[in-house]
Amino acid sequence: MQVATFLAYLAAAALFILGIRRLRTPETARSGNTIAAVGMTIALIATLFVIRFESLLLIGAAAILGAVVGAVSAQRVQMTAMPQMVAAYNGVGGGAAALIALSEFYHLQTEGGLSLVAAITVPLTILIGSVSFMGSVVAFLKLQELAFSGAVSFPLQQVVNALLFVGVLVLGTNAITDGAILPFLSPVASMVAVLVASAILGVLLVIPIGGADMPIVISLLNAFTGLAAAASGFVLENYILIIGGTIVGASGTILTRLMSSALGRPLRKIIFAGIAAAGSSKEEDGEEREVNDVGAGEVGEYLSDEAEKIVIVPGYGLAVAQAQGPMRDLMETLEAEGKTVLFGIHPVAGRMPGHMNVLLTEAGVPYDKLYDLEDINPELEDADAAIIVGANDVVNPAANDKEQDSPISGMPILNVEAAERVIFVKRSLSPGFAGVDNPLFYDTDKTMMLFSDAKQGLQDIVEAVKGG
Amino acid sequence: MQQLLSQLAILIIAAFLGFELISRVPNLLHTPLMSATNAIHGVILVGGMITLAEASDPIIMAVGFVAVVFGAANVVGGFWVTNRMLGMFRPPRPRVKKRREG
Repeated sequence: MQVATFLAYLAAAALFILGIRRLRTPETARSGNTIAAVGMTIALIATLFVIRFESLLLIGAAAILGAVVGAVSAQRVQMTAMPQMVAAYNGVGGGAAALIALSEFYHLQTEGGLSLVAAITVPLTILIGSVSFMGSVVAFLKLQELAFSGAVSFPLQQVVNALLFVGVLVLGTNAITDGAILPFLSPVASMVAVLVASAILGVLLVIPIGGADMPIVISLLNAFTGLAAAASGFVLENYILIIGGTIVGASGTILTRLMSSALGRPLRKIIFAGIAAAGSSKEEDGEEREVNDVGAGEVGEYLSDEAEKIVIVPGYGLAVAQAQGPMRDLMETLEAEGKTVLFGIHPVAGRMPGHMNVLLTEAGVPYDKLYDLEDINPELEDADAAIIVGANDVVNPAANDKEQDSPISGMPILNVEAAERVIFVKRSLSPGFAGVDNPLFYDTDKTMMLFSDAKQGLQDIVEAVKGG
Repeated sequence: MQQLLSQLAILIIAAFLGFELISRVPNLLHTPLMSATNAIHGVILVGGMITLAEASDPIIMAVGFVAVVFGAANVVGGFWVTNRMLGMFRPPRPRVKKRREG
């Protein structure tokens, strides 16, 4: 490798690090992204100087094609569809890593120079990259609600997964030992088989994971693609791939851990059990129970006359109903009346970590009103009203009930019970993603239930507050 | 051997750096963070370019071509969408207090 290219790679790595550092505050975040993009540009240009000149046309054509697809999709995507978009970019990144390792293996085979390092990292890259690719495809289909919605499980799932993994190990060993185990399979054919088996494994790992756990899956797949890129760096002996890939792999791992602790469940349990085991609690609620069914007028009156400090808890239902605008209107209307309005955002509200924050800032809610779980719970103690829109699991006190083994038990929740009154804007009494009934619904002294579409309901409340 | 050792050293340092960098990013910015790191693993495009450049067999050329398309979509889409998202984070407004007679 030429010295100049190596130095350019170091500069690119430094810019990646500086860029991520600037993502710590909203004021500097955008410039951080730009700095990282500059680093990427430097790395790409530097690479042009170490490859064959004749190949530039082909590379240029492929890069322009990919760039156009990336740019158009990035410009068009709705913010509610961000998780799918990230899953898609993730998938193509992982797929690229797997393909690179495969063709590098072919190259090394024909030249007869398979080093020990390559013998280990080639199958590893293919395994992780291919799992990430197909896992992301499934995550995309789930999030876009095209297929595999909810938790899909089948008998002996874990046995099948384990067998596939063993298959990957056997095929990979066969490939790097020149067919020592399965002489009828050529090394390259075995490596292709590793790719296919890993792809199936990727599908099977993600299909049993239900909607509420999607933030974790997205974050985990992000880490996987980072690791695949790092592993491919060892295959190609390329430093920028090792550095860039490892930073993303490590950061993705941390985020995944943060998310799973926000759900109160160990990662192992989410990946290997999904949320599938949770069917039981759904069927229990046969009997009709009384709720305090109110109209928007009553809610508006209470907010106008008796509430001073109001905490709003938005959930993904808000985004589904495209009600972020009316939500901002409600905030502005209440503030115009001199009330204090805060937003309590659960870390897993939405479909990827921090998703709800993006959706609300898009609607024009200033980010200093968006409070984390730890910061909003003390505020709820002296709040006069908590308005929950399109959320259920994240405010469900059943999560605190250690006796009951429900899918959400142990999950830290927004403690809306502490507020003077609790107002749900919800279409029906149906439980949320986790399928666990919320005892708060039936606390008729404290809770008001406004049965409505989130958008319509919020608009009605705004009218009622203005009218009062 | 020497090269492998220095690569391993870089791997370990980069891993710790990644942990440190991310631990200080608030929940508020987790989606943009993920989207930006997502763009950074698009650095795999470098690998795609190298692979495609050395391909001589048509099948491998096709595989390399797909890898470059994938990598480029990852890089450009990733940074673009992060930029769009962060453009929406508005600074806190000075509070305008209009008290209406109720």
